[in-house]
Amino acid sequence: MADASDKVTITLDGRQVEATAGELLIAAAEKAGTYIPHFCWHPRMKPVGMCRMCLVEVETPRGKMLTTSCTMPVADGMVVDTASAVVEKAHEGILEFLLINHPLDCPVCDKGGECPLQDQTLGYGPGESRFVEEKRHHEKPISISDLVYLDRERCILCARCTRFSEEISGDPLIEFVERGNHVEVNTFPDEPFVSYFSGNTVQICPVGALTAKPYRFRARPWDLEAVESVSLVDSVHSKVSVESSQNEIVRISGVDNDPTNQGWLSDKDRFIYEHIHSPRRLTVPLIREGDTFREASWGEAVGLVAERLGAVPGTAVAGIGGARATNEDAYAFSKFMRSIVVTPHLDAQLDDGLDPEFAAAVHPRARIDDLERAATILLWGPDLKEEFPVLYLRVRRAAAHLGARLVVVHPRVTGLDLVATHTVRYRPGEGPATLKKLAAGDGDLAAVRAALNEGPVVALVGRPGLAEDPRLAEAVAAFARDLPEATIMPLVRRGNVFGALDMGLAPTLLPGRVSVTDTAARTALEDEWGALPEGVGGGATEILTGLVSGDREVLVLFGADPMRDHPDPTLVRSALEAAGFVAAFDLFLTDSSRLADVVLPVAAFGEVAGTVTNLEGRVQKVNQIVPPPGQARAAWSILDDIATAMGGSLGATGAERLNKEIARVAPAYRGVTWDMLDWGDGREGIVVPLRGADQPLRHIPVDTGVPTVTERPAVHSARVLYDDGAMLRNCPGLAGLAPRAAIHMHPRDASILAVRDGDRVLVSAGASVELPVVIDAGLAEGAVYVPFNLVETAALGAPRSIRIDVVREDAS
Amino acid sequence: MTDRILTVRMEAHPQDSHTLATYEATGGYRALRTALSSMTPDDVKAQVKASNIRGRGGAGFPTGVKWGFLPEDLRPRYLVVNGDESEPGTFKDRILLERDPHQLVEGIIISSYGLDVHHAFVYIRGEYPKPARRVQQAIDEAYAAGYLGSDILGSGFSLDITVHLGGGAYICGEETALLNSLEGRRGEPRIKPPFPAVAGLYAKPTIVNNVETISNVPWIVANGGAAYAAIGPERSAGTRMFSLSGHVNRPGDYEIVMGMTWRELIYGIGGGIPGDRALKTWIPGGASAPWFVPDEHLDTPVTIDDVGANGSMLGSGAVIVMDETTDVVAAAHRIVKFFAHESCGQCTPCREGTTWLERILWRILNGAGRPSDLDLLLDVCDNISPGLRWPPAMTTICPLGPSAVSPITSIMRHFRDEVEAKIRTSEGASVG
Repeated sequence: MADASDKVTITLDGRQVEATAGELLIAAAEKAGTYIPHFCWHPRMKPVGMCRMCLVEVETPRGKMLTTSCTMPVADGMVVDTASAVVEKAHEGILEFLLINHPLDCPVCDKGGECPLQDQTLGYGPGESRFVEEKRHHEKPISISDLVYLDRERCILCARCTRFSEEISGDPLIEFVERGNHVEVNTFPDEPFVSYFSGNTVQICPVGALTAKPYRFRARPWDLEAVESVSLVDSVHSKVSVESSQNEIVRISGVDNDPTNQGWLSDKDRFIYEHIHSPRRLTVPLIREGDTFREASWGEAVGLVAERLGAVPGTAVAGIGGARATNEDAYAFSKFMRSIVVTPHLDAQLDDGLDPEFAAAVHPRARIDDLERAATILLWGPDLKEEFPVLYLRVRRAAAHLGARLVVVHPRVTGLDLVATHTVRYRPGEGPATLKKLAAGDGDLAAVRAALNEGPVVALVGRPGLAEDPRLAEAVAAFARDLPEATIMPLVRRGNVFGALDMGLAPTLLPGRVSVTDTAARTALEDEWGALPEGVGGGATEILTGLVSGDREVLVLFGADPMRDHPDPTLVRSALEAAGFVAAFDLFLTDSSRLADVVLPVAAFGEVAGTVTNLEGRVQKVNQIVPPPGQARAAWSILDDIATAMGGSLGATGAERLNKEIARVAPAYRGVTWDMLDWGDGREGIVVPLRGADQPLRHIPVDTGVPTVTERPAVHSARVLYDDGAMLRNCPGLAGLAPRAAIHMHPRDASILAVRDGDRVLVSAGASVELPVVIDAGLAEGAVYVPFNLVETAALGAPRSIRIDVVREDAS
Repeated sequence: MTDRILTVRMEAHPQDSHTLATYEATGGYRALRTALSSMTPDDVKAQVKASNIRGRGGAGFPTGVKWGFLPEDLRPRYLVVNGDESEPGTFKDRILLERDPHQLVEGIIISSYGLDVHHAFVYIRGEYPKPARRVQQAIDEAYAAGYLGSDILGSGFSLDITVHLGGGAYICGEETALLNSLEGRRGEPRIKPPFPAVAGLYAKPTIVNNVETISNVPWIVANGGAAYAAIGPERSAGTRMFSLSGHVNRPGDYEIVMGMTWRELIYGIGGGIPGDRALKTWIPGGASAPWFVPDEHLDTPVTIDDVGANGSMLGSGAVIVMDETTDVVAAAHRIVKFFAHESCGQCTPCREGTTWLERILWRILNGAGRPSDLDLLLDVCDNISPGLRWPPAMTTICPLGPSAVSPITSIMRHFRDEVEAKIRTSEGASVG
């Protein structure tokens, strides 16, 4: 950390200015209010000093010298001139050079109007060009990936994109080729720019050389309206700017929030908005009529739901979902189910997450920013590149650039293995034995164990695969918490799952990180809500088995698609078919809501304002920029109508009012208001509980003795970034990016089965699907990997055991 | 007094000066034995420092001083020998590599011993297959004879040498671009600091020396630094390889003692101009050096400092002589075209500016010059090398861009009337 002794004084254009020793001159000047023009320098990447636009004059013992301020660290007593005649001539010269081969096709360029080359030409350029020769020509534009076009004529060769892909994302698939006046950015032959992060290069391109296919020619920047919000693609909650034109979201850009995304987004964060304006969005309430639905009025739909929910005892009703909602909507659902319907059977997770008390209230809990100071990072959970791409960038930064040691434990090669100090591979099911061996430092894990001895340690724990025991993560956390200065980050992916858990959408939790068994807290909540249901409710799987057995009769799906997200889709189908009544709040008719009796169209991201909570407990604001389509409405207002129709009241007259109620009722959220997040100190988000607020539940992780399973083949079933989820399926730009479904096998296992790459096998669990084989040396021997929730694998779910039959070509 | 060091053997044994047998028979590897048996590494460094030898790659930096920049406590250290000789008119390292490779290898071993280096690299331009082959042969022979590898001659000192061929880029002669290339990256100069002595190859302390510089080390160690320093003028000690080309009767490589005049070099050693035509101009130190003209410079001594004081440099020792028949605009165009072609492309002024200069000169040459081109040429030059001073100021990372400025400022200074004449005759012509 910087202290007073790091401070130096420099003379900037005759002004005495304080700066931090070692800081780059360009950054120090900007902090002091002096903007130095630049193209290649980017505050989140190492400087290269290539564009030469940031030249300034610095006094040296040999006189004034032109030097690039992006590569010059400040030193005490440095005397700098940023606007001398020599500097101004250099600026004019650089801009004239940059423009001689620039096509100046600004009228049809996406960047026109928000282009650093335009702006700096206006501010620092020569005003006219003396170049009379023919400009350099390239084919315009070339497609370098499914999402990005490259126009090499516009490129000013600043190397921002190439550096991003090498330094930040670790997919060095674009590079300079040729030299001198022929230098161009390009991909390698036959290797497209396939990166989960390619959109960042479009955003940081200082000209219109890289453009995003979904946005191309969609709007002019000066017509865009923008609000700040956070991405709900996963639980990292990257800060974004949501930009719309004529009531349609046309672009999402990353916003630099230091503690979370530091400006970067995954392409899923960036292009997921397309689903919002999909023609398949639900716009009217639907009521089942035989095998189909008919459109209904809100009055009729709400009346029917209220009638059917009121017709059975409260405990016969269960609710699943809420992890895609705002905290306000989740709170409304929690209050509705517990105090109007009066049922304890509530779960925001789909048995694809972690124990709710562990996820919501683990102690000591890590923040993303702890990675900046971590000496050691233990990652035993999902492949971050697939499931938490922006967190992947933060861990990669820590390991590749900040010197942290990284230990990755996973059944298969992950996106971070290249920067890991140690990787441990194990068969799914044998995690507990592997943990025991790691903790003891036995055999080949001695060096790994030793690596974990240097703190601070940040342990990122979650489910490596959905076929593994969810309690393994807590057992790992129980081991990790005894490591030096350890903090723990539980990894659950879905959008606002941590907000939903914090609002009490879990069988064991009440709003504000309170256990349902906490008598004092229950009493306090009953003062607000009225009588609460007795006892601990059932989680998602118990709810589903209860529907099959008849213990539960009515199900409310609150923005959940268990047919696709629960590990056992066969059970889900039986449960939905057995249920007496299913009401679904949804954006689309999904495999699940298609089986409902009433479907209620809800507002999507960008259509509502509210708060959300990320995986470190950071509360941030999402904002509305477009209206919901048709008659779709905010979920809380629908719940309020149903409550009223059931003779009760949620007292919900607006999302902000719900926020105030949360700030009063939910202990860990006490005092957190929209005002603070919008205008106050909370613009980076507020990690709850605020200082002085209480968090009744602090969960110390314990190893509950997870059994080791040695079934063969061991099944590794994990999500990929682009799966067949309902939102992705409705994004034209992203829908085609899902990988081809396959079953991956270790080469030795494949040779035992006598199958080769591309052979087809029949994979059977609850359902049977035929899949091609991919030989995968990155997989633990004895395990097979089947990506979860692709079109072809969705029916399988994530079974703990499978049967494989080789499909042989008939010899005749 | 010794007047030749590096070329004695190849002259005496034109058929087999490159072989180990001939090398050993003519005193080779004796300096190495001396160094390893009776000198400490510090003794070696002291002798090199005392020799006052200045780098033969172009910049002329004192070698002993450079060696002193290595941080004491960082290991490993590397020695990289720069054999990427690519500047037009420069071909001196070629014969040292090709015809006396053991001299270089011995120099590398002694230098590495002095510098506590255990892995040295020789980077040779890709268009030098035969010199590279000869160096590799010499290294193979040296390994077989126990001069390389582990525990050399029982001294406990170990060294490996790796030969690496360039991919045809002049810029890789710039030491940091060379290091990038050696690491498998694009040949682009790095921003300094850090200098290679602190963070060079693989970010480790690295000394980069020219082939000729290192080839002098066996003699220096055998005869003492003082003996070397005594050769030639005080600040241009030792002998020096010159590549003489262009309009001279006897072009070729010459090893001379510095201090003679340009007149003696061109008319004496070079044998004068063919057909006794008049000398018009010459480039004293490679294509990036400002040109000299007879009226001002013929009696200037050939020393690093005298040439520098006259606004140019001895550089890599490439002397290109041009007689009265030379079209100086065409000559300047050819040189600018070379630099434009060889620009790595990372810095805007060099990437865009050198090509622009080339195209303006091409227009003038082809009858499409404009009167405004005179100012334009100089102003574009000024935007690459502000103030058009010598040594040049730069808006770029490395001096390649400013190198393209030298021929233009040279012809504008000495032959402006010829440039103007070409533009006058092209007035009215359309832009080409």
